[in-house]
This record gives sequence, C-alpha cells and structure tokens, in this order.
Amino acid sequence: MSDTKFSKEHEWITLDGEVGTIGITKHATEMLGDIVFAELPEKGSNVEKDGTAGVVESTKAASDVYTPVSGEVVEINQSIVDDPSKINADPEGGAWFFKLKLKNKSELDTLMNKEEYDKFAKETST
Amino acid sequence: MNVKKTALYQLHKNHNARFVEFAGYSMPIQYSEGIVKEHNITRNKSGIFDVSHMGQLFIKYNDDITDKLQEILPTDLKNLKINQSKYSFLMKENGGIYDDLIITKMKDQYMIILNAACKQNDLQIIKNKLNNQNLDMNNDLSLIAIQGPESKTILENVVSNISKLKFMNGEKFSFKNNEIYITRSGYTGEDGFEISLPNKVAISFAEELILKGSTLIGLGARDTLRLEAGLCLYGHDINENTSPVEANLKWAISKNRINDNFIGSKKIKKQIEEGVSKLRVGIKPETRVIARESTKIFDEKDNEIGKVTSGTFGPSVNASIAMGYISNSHSKTDTKIFLEVRGKKVPANVCDLPFYKKSYVKGEANV
Repeated sequence: MSDTKFSKEHEWITLDGEVGTIGITKHATEMLGDIVFAELPEKGSNVEKDGTAGVVESTKAASDVYTPVSGEVVEINQSIVDDPSKINADPEGGAWFFKLKLKNKSELDTLMNKEEYDKFAKETST
Repeated sequence: MNVKKTALYQLHKNHNARFVEFAGYSMPIQYSEGIVKEHNITRNKSGIFDVSHMGQLFIKYNDDITDKLQEILPTDLKNLKINQSKYSFLMKENGGIYDDLIITKMKDQYMIILNAACKQNDLQIIKNKLNNQNLDMNNDLSLIAIQGPESKTILENVVSNISKLKFMNGEKFSFKNNEIYITRSGYTGEDGFEISLPNKVAISFAEELILKGSTLIGLGARDTLRLEAGLCLYGHDINENTSPVEANLKWAISKNRINDNFIGSKKIKKQIEEGVSKLRVGIKPETRVIARESTKIFDEKDNEIGKVTSGTFGPSVNASIAMGYISNSHSKTDTKIFLEVRGKKVPANVCDLPFYKKSYVKGEANV
C-alpha cells in the first residue's frame, strides 16, 4: 500500500487508473471502537473534496466520513452496510467504503503518505 | 475540580481501560476487548462492573425514620422485609424524579444506592427531611457488580453460600475477615449480584472474580446492556420533569401508597386516574440507523409527537434500539412512527420493553 494516500480526517485512498478506492484507516477504527452502522454515498452521486460522503456509528457515537478527493461515486461496498463489523476487522482492505472516478488528480497531492499519516495519527491521538 | 478515582482505578489501568469522565469520576468506558465483546461476555458468561462512583447512603433506624422516608419515596417501606431491596424514586413536588435508587432494609439501618451524578443533591434533600440525623454517605466502601449467567458459580467460589439469595434480597457475608454486603440485583437484565465492600479489599476481591472466570466490563457495555433490558438511565430517560407514571414505572410505586401522602403524590394520583399526555416506550427502527438521544419523533402525518431519550445498537438483539417519550395517543405497541436522523425520516415502530428478555433468578429455595 505504498501508493496509498491519507487525509487528516483519517480516510485512505488508492488509485487504479482514474478510479480511487476510499476507506477509513485502522487508526480511525481503533478510535471509534466497535462500528455498528455505516451509511455510504449514492452510486452516481458527485462528492466534493473534504465534503461528507457517509457516516459510521459506533455503539457510542456517530462520525461523518469525508471524501479526501472530488469525483463521481462509481461503486459502493454494500457488504459493510450489511455487516459493519467488517470495518473493524479489515479497515484498510476488504472494508473499503466507495470508489470514485476522480475529478482532479492533483487533489491527491494535498494528502499525506503513509509515513506522514502515521506521524500525524500518533501526534493527534490522546 | 479534581477528577475522582475509585479504589479499583489501578486495576482498570492494569487491564488497559480506556477512561472517560463520568459524574466527576474517571471511569472505564471499555477495556481492550471493546464494547460489543464485553456486552456479549456479560450476556453469555459473566462480567464485573465497578459501580463505586454510586452513592452508598446508610441511615440508622429510629422511631420515625420509616415515616419520614415514606414522605420522599413512594415505596411501602413498612412491609419491606429485613434484607429486602426495592427500586424507588426520590420524588419532587411536581411529581418528577430527583433520582432513582435502590433501598434495602438492613438489620439496623437502611442502605440507599444513589446515582453518582445526583448523590450530593440527594444527600441534601434527605438530610433536610431527616433533620441531619444518623446519615452516613460512606466513602470507604466500593461497589462491585457481577452480572451474567455464570456469575453465581463464580461468586460462589469466592464467597460461599451466595446462591441462596433471592432476587432483590441481600445479606452480610465476609471476605478476608471483612464484612461485606451482597444483594442479588443489577442493571443489565441478567442474573447477578452487587457487592458493597471496604475499599481496601476491592481490588483483591475483583481479582479473585477474574481468577475464577469473570471479566472486567466498562460503562459502554453497561449502557447497551441496560438499554436492551429496557432500564432507565437517570438524566436521560428520567429526570426532574418526568414522573414515574410517564416513565412507565408505575409498578415501582407501592399499590398501598398510591392514595397515601408523599412528595408529588397529588400529581401521581391524578396521572394514574386521568392518564398522562406522554409515555416512555420502546422504539425499534426498521433499519440499522441509530436514533440517539434528542432525535425527534414524528407520526405518519409528519406531526412531531416526541423525542428519543436513549438510543444505541443492541448487540444481543442485533438491531438498533431506542427509548423515548411519545404522545400517549401514539404509545400503543406496533404504532408506526418516524425518527428524524440527519435530516431523513427513518421508519420505526413502538415496541414492548425489554428488547432483551430478562433472565433474573427468583432464588433457589432448595439450595
């Protein structure tokens, strides 16, 4: 996952051609605790960088999921809606959230690489 | 103000607790297992809860103590047997609830267990009522709950003869030459016990329970457990502006006291005779969406008819669950309602409580 980029809102994105796959980081799931509900954007909808693109809820609280880049939602992962515990089990693999056809690839440059994100996560966690 | 710690704090820390401030105390919200696993451990095996932040108030008997307490609690204390406990309320003049509590008639004194966030205010109210006499909020005692189907066997291995206790009854026992008091009670919808014991042996007692097979459980799972069991959390599901009748807790008012005088009794009597405009009900959303506290409730014609007071995901029922107050005309089981969550109307149904069937043990007389 060396090509994976990360946002300050704890989302990750990998790029395959024009399509980016987005999910939330393992660090985020550890902060949230057991995830019991997930809501995803609608397929075909357009989302804007740093805008809300979903919700996850733990037994304790609800948290928005933001998109790290702009684009059109081309695929969503229904399996995490049906069984949200998958997000805790495999957040940076099988439990991706949605796929976007990127509007502007240069937005990726604003994101962190793995090393930068790990440092950021460590510094911001209490 | 300094955040207080219970006598079990170091034990929580050693077990990798994640702490949260609750009612002025640093309490474990969860341990490394996480809320859902801790919830399931309690339902399937046995869980230990540190509830030492709650108030343990002791009131020595004298001639008029029972009469005076009956002026502020709607419970028949005169017919309460020695070592028997009752769920009750510290009543407010308007029929509202200052606190919900468990009162136990011990041999030479009453023991009242109070909510942590309310205990100082409760103490003032009770002090004023009793003219200061013989009151002791004992801060040298811890309170540990052990809950779940295997708890009886586990506790029996630490303290002999506890199996004879009946539900909502207590007795004195001893642990390492210290007097402790155990009641068969709890707030999870499971069979279980609550142990009042000196702070100095609290950690070693909890460690014994762990050694015999129980597990430390945090406040997070305590909340999902009590909500599945349909039990109220003070400050959320009941407060100074909800009466026991509105809260659907009429059963906790002793029948022979309904026509008696206690603080708020006029309002209670009127509500029982004429009905109430709002009622606490169980709510089951049709999807997995969680309706948190303060979620607005609407009828099919889009009229606002109430508010959610507690909502979470219930691991044992594998569904989103909630409780709230709803206009009496919509409080019947299976009434279709709508919950406004993040701007969308989520369909839901009024349902019976509890969400999860209780398995309290009435006591084994032949043991």
